[in-house]
Amino acid sequence: MLEKLLRSRREIVCQQAVELVTDYLEGTLSRAGRRRFESHLAGCPHCTEYLAQMRATIELTGTLTADDLPGPVQDEFIDLYRRWRADQGEEPQDDSRG
Amino acid sequence: MDQDPDAELLGRLRAGDEQAFVMLVRRHHDAMLRLACGYVPSVAVAEEVVQDTWLGVLRGIGGFEGRSSVRTWLFRILVNRARTTGARERRSVAVGDPEPAVDPSRFDDTGHWAAPPERWVEEADARLDAAKLAGRLRSAIDELPDRQREVVTLRDIEGLSSEEVCSVLEISEGNQRVLLHRGRSRLRQSLETEFGGT
Repeated sequence: MLEKLLRSRREIVCQQAVELVTDYLEGTLSRAGRRRFESHLAGCPHCTEYLAQMRATIELTGTLTADDLPGPVQDEFIDLYRRWRADQGEEPQDDSRG
Repeated sequence: MDQDPDAELLGRLRAGDEQAFVMLVRRHHDAMLRLACGYVPSVAVAEEVVQDTWLGVLRGIGGFEGRSSVRTWLFRILVNRARTTGARERRSVAVGDPEPAVDPSRFDDTGHWAAPPERWVEEADARLDAAKLAGRLRSAIDELPDRQREVVTLRDIEGLSSEEVCSVLEISEGNQRVLLHRGRSRLRQSLETEFGGT
């Protein structure tokens, strides 16, 4: 849908521009699409603000850490490992692939 | 993935090195716990999911072929287990269904802003209580439809690349981008609703 929009020659309007923000930030717009998006921004303070808000949202999300979560309980995992070693051979192999 | 920082540890773990296991756990535990918390009702259950994941890792270590990074592999096992365990109500929105980034009523008939975005970014920097902002954002993330929450958490909190997210969640690049777009758009709207025009 967006590609079709960018292929057409008409100017991008705000309602379309807000749908292009992620493609723009991800760098997945074509060169022509990027140019048209940026030329809309240049004439539209509201969409410029919108883009700034999307950037701020991403940045704020990136600052969220889990300081309210308990850290690893090391002994627990050493136990887990030793139990697994002890059980090895009796357990069927999992097929988790990577 | 020539420079996977975990590859060496994984090799040692394969050779039966207990310390390598502890180091891998230390490196990834917090992120895995955060991720698991998005699927299950309590931290206690999330911890069980993480433990169960590590057990799965130990059992499946022979099958890891290094086609993805170790982290991607760990997260994929975790997500599969957390989804199975997850008692939370599924709130899926199909990727094919339209979901505008901004409520269409905020545009006029020509598609231009009728109710432009209310400013909040400067406020967030200057005046807003960081804890309050983080709290609001956390609940907004929690309220996202499942698939959007998965993608936003992995991309924007844990810092995975789009390729890694596709691999962890086993989704296409295009769907990853749509989910990311919708999730981020919803979060922006929540912040505007909460803090805009102050």
